[in-house]
Formats: sequence, structure tokens, C-alpha cells
Amino acid sequence: MNVKTYKYIIIGNSAAGIGTVEGIRRIDGVGSIAVISSEPYHTYSRPLISYLLEGKTDTERMKYRPDGFYEANGCDTYLGVSVSSIEAGPHTVTLESGDVLKYSKLMVSTGSEPFVPPFKGLESVPEKFSFMTLDDALRLRNAIDRTAQPKVLIIGAGLIGLKCCEGIYNTVTDKKGSITVVDLSPKVLSSILNDDAAAIVKSSIESKGVTFHLGQTVSEFDGKRAVLSDGSELSFDILVLAVGVKPRISLVKDAGGETERGIITDKYQKTSLEDVYAAGDCVQSFDISCGKSRILAILPGAYRQGEAAGLTMAGCAYAYDCAIPMNAIGFFGLHMITAGSYEGDVYTESDGGSYKALYYKDNLLKGYIMIGNVARAGIYTSLIREKIPLDSVDFGMLCKEPALMAFSQKYRAEKLGGVVI
Amino acid sequence: MKKVYVNEKWCLACHLCEYYCAFAATGSDLMYKVLKNAVINPRIRVEEKGNISFAVSCRHCEVPLCVKGCISGALSEKDGVISIDKSKCVGCYTCVLSCPYGAIMPSDSGVMQKCELCLSTKEGEPQCAAHCPNGAIVYEER
Repeated sequence: MNVKTYKYIIIGNSAAGIGTVEGIRRIDGVGSIAVISSEPYHTYSRPLISYLLEGKTDTERMKYRPDGFYEANGCDTYLGVSVSSIEAGPHTVTLESGDVLKYSKLMVSTGSEPFVPPFKGLESVPEKFSFMTLDDALRLRNAIDRTAQPKVLIIGAGLIGLKCCEGIYNTVTDKKGSITVVDLSPKVLSSILNDDAAAIVKSSIESKGVTFHLGQTVSEFDGKRAVLSDGSELSFDILVLAVGVKPRISLVKDAGGETERGIITDKYQKTSLEDVYAAGDCVQSFDISCGKSRILAILPGAYRQGEAAGLTMAGCAYAYDCAIPMNAIGFFGLHMITAGSYEGDVYTESDGGSYKALYYKDNLLKGYIMIGNVARAGIYTSLIREKIPLDSVDFGMLCKEPALMAFSQKYRAEKLGGVVI
Repeated sequence: MKKVYVNEKWCLACHLCEYYCAFAATGSDLMYKVLKNAVINPRIRVEEKGNISFAVSCRHCEVPLCVKGCISGALSEKDGVISIDKSKCVGCYTCVLSCPYGAIMPSDSGVMQKCELCLSTKEGEPQCAAHCPNGAIVYEER
């Protein structure tokens, strides 16, 4: 059998995979690269699928890198191709066609997939969708388009469920349909907001006419009918399942690599398998804001991990070792930015439509939530990421607004004046 | 590469840099025609408190966190200059979350804007520095 050999094979074509390509090419301009993806598309931005449905972008503009990216970076692409297994010993991957490719270094950036709990009667629901991929979004749009007065039921009031809600809102509303959101959690966006912030966001989305049933789960589906845990019944036409996601770890796990909830890597993104690296939503990251290993399924982190792995794979060891959870998201024009961990003392401020909470402990900013006025939030992020001691800045001033004025003159001379200290 | 540098010792908080920034984006030839009574939304902003003041604009970082974090691929780096393709930006604010200097902000249309060193304007170089009366903002190689 003719086995094609590459210096680098990258499984996955989203942020972590592209980061890997760009990391490799900063060091190694010639080593052969293969990019394999089960999706048949040029790299696209996954979080933009809700903006696509909303009409704020299109399939051309949502490309994560320009046309010609693979050619410019000397990559062979295997798009619409699934990988069946990794053979870590002989350094090969087997494709579903049975073809075998050999690698010197392998990146596994397989992302995550929807987690669907075993709902009773789910198989009886005629129109049900996840909301993770471009195909998911196109199928959902198609279902809404061919349904008169579509009643959409979204299970999950997290980032994915609520972005989906926003994405389909105009179309559903124009067709005189309705959107209902159910979540087991008593609050929306429970992974990124505290109770006060969640209440603000919930009432803002409710004011658009979206109905919430929180603290509820679906005890049974029966065709186009859902029975909630409190016994009430909802009828719907289209079901979106956005309960959660789980890291895709099976390729590495089945090859004998160390996994927990996600793939375990060292700080250079190397797995326990020789010459196999992993990055993005499929791995566990070390969160420096709380000192724990956890899943941080965010795009900027995925890119940084991929880039660090690419540099390392090409021979220039580089660690991305300042990962923190962080999200910038908005619904119906209400923007929010959150980062870090919500532990320690808290400074809160609420003014009109804006809300802010800063969490600090041990002379460090640990986390923050900003809603409404999010200007210059990155200054807070940098305090967390760079672990800047709060006694070296005017924290009282920073609480009021993020500003470089609160930093030392020396810091400013270095950052703004280019003065080398 | 040449960059914009700020020395707060010479800054009088006159805000001319903000006006020249806003003006440069208009392509007009007379400032009063386009900025009289206008609320300007410049990409350089002066911070001031007491007798300290200084202007802040994009540092064109060597490790540009905004570019690396951009979810749409709208921000990119070429020859050390960070620029934004506004047609690709959806206004998600991830760059606002990422920038350690608070130097990227929404434009009037909602998508993001940042200092691009006036390279695509008719002047071709940063107008904040060119018109700073005190040399508190300079554009030079260091």
C-alpha cells in the first residue's frame, strides 16, 4: 500500500488547527502539512453561525482565513474526510476510506460535539437540531423557512442556545412565530454570569418577547409536544438542543493517550502520546485565574494553543501558559464581557443599563463581569492575565473605569513611550 | 518599524490628536467643514487627570492579542501593522476584551475601529503625530 507521508498532520480545520498551521510556518516554511477535517468547507468561524442566520455576515465573509490560505501555507487539504484512528506507534492516521497517512508530528484539534442527555421520547421529535456547525445553521434556517408561524423551542440558555435565539429571532418574529427557552439552571448564561448579571440579561431578552422556563427540564417529548418537569406542556414545531458540549477525545483516548474530561497535555500542548499534540475545545487547559485544569472552550484560547503547539512541533518550544476563561458576547445590542474566576471580594456597580462586578483576592484581580458599558475591558483582562499586583496600581480608580492612568508612570513609559526599562 | 510613541511629559491635553485622527478618516480638506458640531469618535484617546495627560492608540503589538483572538478573521497583521477588515467584523467585542490598552473600540457603524497609522489616507502617515504641537506624540523607528 502506498502510504502518503507528511511532516505535520493536523486533524481539525478551525481556530486551533489554523493556529497550528500559522505557528508551524513561522518556523518551518517548507515541511509538508496536511489539514484533515470532517467538514467539507474552507476554514470558517464557528461562532459566526448565529450572525449568519441574523444576516450580519455570509458564507464568504465568515471565512476564518482568506481564500488561498492553504496554498499560501503549502497545505494539502482533506476536507469532508473523517479520521477513524491514530496509530501512535507507527505514527499513522487511518482515514474512514481506509487510506493511511504517516506523520512526524500530529495535531489533534477535533473540537467538541453537542452533549444530548437521554430525553425520553426525543426520537419522536420530527424537527430537531444542534447549533454547532455551519451545516447545523443551514438546516435550522431551512426548517424555519418552510414552517408557517414557527414555534421554536431551545433547550439550553447558555452561550450557544441564546446566540441561536438571537440569530433566528428576526426571521421567526417576521413569520409571527415564537421562541421559548428552557434550561435546568435557574439563570441564563450560568457558565459566565453571576445572579445579578444573569437577571439583567434575562429581562433584556424577555423584553424582546422570548419566553423562558428556567429551573426546568423536559421530562418527556412526544412529537411536537414537550412536558416540563413541573408538569406544564409546551407545543413546538422546531427543537434546538443546546444543553452543552463535550470534548471530542476519542481519537486520542482510543490510541492510548491520557484523557479526563478533555485530552490532557503539557504546557506545550503535547499529549502523553509521542509526537501527538492537541489544542482547542478538545483539551483541558490550566486556568491561571483559579489554578485548576478545566475545559476552556473559547476561540482565542484555541488559536493560542494551536499556535504554541505549531511553534513547538516545528522545533521552537513555546508555551501558552496564561489561559483564562473569557467571553465577549451580546444579545440584541446588549454587550457583555466576562473573564477569569469569580472568587474573593467583589466590587459592584450598577448604573442604568450597565453593570460591573470586579472580583479580587490576594492582591490580584481574579475575574470581572461587565454588561452594557464594556469600553476598554481588556485593561481588566490584562490585570488578570499578567497577574499585576493591585497595590502597584490605583485600584480605586480602576474600579470606576479601566484606564492606563491607574498604572504607574513607569508602566506607561514602557507601554506607550517605547522606553525600555 | 515606525510606530506612534507618546511622552506624557510634553502632553498638554489639547486633544488636537483626537481631532486630527477623526479628520484623517474623512478624507476632507477642511476640518471645520466636517467636524464642526460633530461628536467625534477618534481612534486615539487622551486620558487626563490633574496635571497628567497622555494619548492612547493601538500599539501595533508584536504579539497582537486582538488579532490572535479575533473570532471572524477580520483583524490581521501585515508587516507589523494591525488592521481591520470592517466587512468581516460582526462587532462581537472579543478584541475589546483582549486589548491590554483599551485601544480598540466600536466605530459609528457598530463594527470595530482602530489606529491603522493613517497608512491608507492621503497623508499616508499618522496625523496625530504630525500635528502634535509639543512633540508629545511622535512617529518614529526605535
